[in-house]
Amino acid sequence: MADKTLEERVREIIVEQLGVNAEQVTTEARFIEDLGADSLDTVELVMAFEEEFGVEVPDEDAEKLQTVGTVIEYLKDKADK
Amino acid sequence: MLKDKIAIVTGAGRGIGAAIATRLASQGAAVACVSRTEANARRSAEQVAALGARSLALAVDVADGAAAESAVGAVLKEFGRIDILVNNAGVTRDGLIMRMGDADWDAVLTTNLKGAFNFTRPAVRGMIKQRSGRIVNISSVVGLIGNAGQANYAASKAGLIGFTKAVAKEVAGRGVTCNAIAPGFITTDMTAALNEEQRSRLLGVIPLGRFGDPEDIAQAVLFLVAESGRYITGQVLTVDGGMVM
Ligand SMILES: NC(=O)c1ccc[n+]([C@@H]2O[C@H](COP(=O)([O-])OP(=O)(O)OC[C@H]3O[C@@H](n4cnc5c(N)ncnc54)[C@H](O)[C@@H]3O)[C@@H](O)[C@H]2O)c1
Repeated sequence: MADKTLEERVREIIVEQLGVNAEQVTTEARFIEDLGADSLDTVELVMAFEEEFGVEVPDEDAEKLQTVGTVIEYLKDKADK
Repeated sequence: MLKDKIAIVTGAGRGIGAAIATRLASQGAAVACVSRTEANARRSAEQVAALGARSLALAVDVADGAAAESAVGAVLKEFGRIDILVNNAGVTRDGLIMRMGDADWDAVLTTNLKGAFNFTRPAVRGMIKQRSGRIVNISSVVGLIGNAGQANYAASKAGLIGFTKAVAKEVAGRGVTCNAIAPGFITTDMTAALNEEQRSRLLGVIPLGRFGDPEDIAQAVLFLVAESGRYITGQVLTVDGGMVM
């Protein structure tokens, strides 16, 4: 458990929040178009990331996080700081 | 009817809120009683417990956002989930508009309107996750038709109606309903201040010919939060003896 990578944790949260299959959560997958998220889902996702990684994601950043890959890069970037 | 349901009732210390808390408890719901004073919160929680329901007493000023958030956290910690939120806490600071002080305006708007926001924001999250929940905001007929001397109160109660409808639309897709109840004149401490003349004038405009009891409002809340209310959202249910038609 402890050794899960950030990427794995992000993917797990997405699978759980959106109720999609793990295979659908590719790096390129877009939350709204490909994974069927609506505006409430995206807010919930961001809040789940904030909780899991102990970070704060301002609204102007959240708007740009439209694919699985951008979220992973964004959170990695935050973790490095 | 509400077995295993978890409810939060604000302003549960007396009057309408106390009646709502015991009515929900009588149907098997666990009830967290929020009131400004420790003594009132505890007394209502004891009445809930006396009905065999689980209870929690929380002394919280609903106007305090941080305190509201921790209160919701305390309920989640104790009961694990929230199914029903009744935003009932409310105050009046009457006065004609020309003489109304800033403090009177702010106190009423902050308690009555922001208080509902303060509890709804943290409580709705779990409801969305669990795909079910019921929110009931206690507005007033004064929010529908106005009342001289109550510009602040009328604004707060009309505000609650807009709030109710916006939240209802936001969360409907997740199986959560949000409605308002607009009581007419109900016999509580809030209306005890009316003098005889005001009383008889009011009775003249209430077709059913009497003031309501807190229990009349509690029954309406039960209707909305039980299975009976599952297809009702974004509505204002007026419970006023026919005063506003
Ligand atoms: N009584 C009526 O005729 C009538 C009519 C229409 C609407 N209402 C509404 O019904 C609700 C209950 O009214 P009531 O007649 O039972 O009044 P009440 O004064 O008897 O009771 C109000 C309760 O709210 C609590 N409260 C007030 N401010 C609070 C705060 N900042 N934080 C936490 N708790 C607070 C009080 O401690 C009390 O327990 C109010 O929202 C009121 O506006 C009442």
